[in-house]
Amino acid sequence: MRALKFLLQKELRQISRDPSIIRILFIMPMVQLLILPLAADYEIKNINLGVVDHDHTEYSRKLVNKIISSGYFRLKDYSATFPQGLHAIEQDKTDLILEIPSQFERNLVKENEATLFVAVNAINGVKAGLGGAYIQGIIQNYNQDIRLQWIQYPRFDPQPTIQVTSSDWYNPNMNYRVFMVPGILVMLVTMIGSSFAANNIVREKEMGTIEQINVSPIKKIQFILGKLIPFWMLAITVLTMGLLIARLVYGIVPLGHYITIYIFASIYLLAILGLGLLLSTYAQTQQQSMLVSFFITMIFNLLSGLYTPIESMPGWAQIITKFNPVSYFIEVMRMVVLKGSGLADIRYHIFALLGFAIFFNSWAILNYRKRSG
Amino acid sequence: MQKEKVIIAKELTKRFGAFTAVDKITFDVQKGEIFGFLGANGAGKTTAMRMLCGLSLPTSGSASVAGYDVYKQNELIKKNIGYMSQKFSLYEDLTIRENIRFYAGIYGLTDKQIKEKTYSLIKQLNLEGQEKTLVRALPLGWKQKLAFSIAVVHDPAIVFLDEPTSGVDPITRREFWSLIYEASAREITIFVTTHYMDEAEYCNRVSIMVDGRMEALDSPSNMMKDYSAKSMDGVFLQLARKAVRTGD
Repeated sequence: MRALKFLLQKELRQISRDPSIIRILFIMPMVQLLILPLAADYEIKNINLGVVDHDHTEYSRKLVNKIISSGYFRLKDYSATFPQGLHAIEQDKTDLILEIPSQFERNLVKENEATLFVAVNAINGVKAGLGGAYIQGIIQNYNQDIRLQWIQYPRFDPQPTIQVTSSDWYNPNMNYRVFMVPGILVMLVTMIGSSFAANNIVREKEMGTIEQINVSPIKKIQFILGKLIPFWMLAITVLTMGLLIARLVYGIVPLGHYITIYIFASIYLLAILGLGLLLSTYAQTQQQSMLVSFFITMIFNLLSGLYTPIESMPGWAQIITKFNPVSYFIEVMRMVVLKGSGLADIRYHIFALLGFAIFFNSWAILNYRKRSG
Repeated sequence: MQKEKVIIAKELTKRFGAFTAVDKITFDVQKGEIFGFLGANGAGKTTAMRMLCGLSLPTSGSASVAGYDVYKQNELIKKNIGYMSQKFSLYEDLTIRENIRFYAGIYGLTDKQIKEKTYSLIKQLNLEGQEKTLVRALPLGWKQKLAFSIAVVHDPAIVFLDEPTSGVDPITRREFWSLIYEASAREITIFVTTHYMDEAEYCNRVSIMVDGRMEALDSPSNMMKDYSAKSMDGVFLQLARKAVRTGD
């Protein structure tokens, strides 16, 4: 194992001399953790509203005012006819049209019933869905308001209503960042683990130095450990920086123990580094390894539950997430940070990741040949 | 005087699909010899050398290097050889001293030996004061001399050199060959491929490969006599002209 000492020494020297690695190591986590959680927010605000009011009455104006004062909508277009309103949608000026028919007020007062038409631009499904739901809520509210004005309430409400009170556990303020930051941290660690190590080995192939290693008595396992350990250390460093930023900037203090996070991250990194190593045994050029690892990490991230809940994915996609190491780490991060879970709670995740680590690393070792056929 | 044989190859063959890169070559190399391995580009020199170094598995035939079988004991062979590939293979982002330390270390030299080797090697190459220079900053000729010295840092039985002097100026080539002679004097067998025919004349024996086959094997003086040529250049041209293959 003396050879390993020399391999590690050499690797650490090379890393410390590569200004791009050092820059990426410090800048990438900073940018990702400082900008992304603030920008990538699920809450939909500033929906651009277009109004086509054929009625021009006090009631129709009240309705529009109520919608705008909700804070979710911005009145961007006020057209005389529906085609004009539609034109505004086509120009992307508005996301949603509310058409108020003529005689809206009359029908509402006289016949106790009126219809409204809402047209939603559904290109962005989330925005459309939430926008439609918000406006419906506001209209219902408005409906209740005016009925209250008209009806003299009896002593008991003739229509019994059930009041639902919910309390939000684990993230009581529904703070989106608390949910996002641990996930983004996982993404960062994954990127460093999977592509840095792979690229590093492929670079040795390109330079021809790997030939010199292959012709030496270094054992396969020594060479692979010589690559695993330094990048494992780098990724743990980035994780530490990320946890510090989460604490200092966002005030996120894990309910669970930091040690739980580190234990899981260590195993997770073995799996992800193993995957990177495996890629490097197949790739001949850095370009190949970059493209493939980019492709894989993108799929992993999209199917990880970071952006969209796994539970709402179709069945087949949920099965895929079972084979995605990233999804386990994101779940564990959220469990430990938000719920305070301990090692016993995440044992199933640990076993799964150990499985991945063994699988990827043995495949990589089998496929790494010091001698070509 | 019959010396110990350190390389014995019998009908060694390497095929890539339908293409026969090396076609049943049979030869042996004696201990301490400087053995020249000549041939045009694409004649199969590098492939033959890679088989002997344990980097490539032969298709058929047999060979032993430093007493070990190339099929089964390739990792033992690696302990006893040095190799300098066509591609420059030191770490450009490490210093001269760090490269020496790394390669000496992975061949299992002790810290004391590494220290001594570093000192004598830097002195021999007149690199005093430049130990902390990154290898990237060295001129090509210096790089090649350093790469050779590092390839023999662990005193291997045999060192394989694949076109070590290509692209190097004549003066540096001469210096390079004096390093080879010094290593040879340390009983290190030299197995060298080259395109320079004047270098072929420095060898004890040379072989000439044409289209994967070994067409001639003798000392340079005998060879010139046999082919009634004035120089190795003449011998080489007569043989290489028969080649059907071209290029790399």
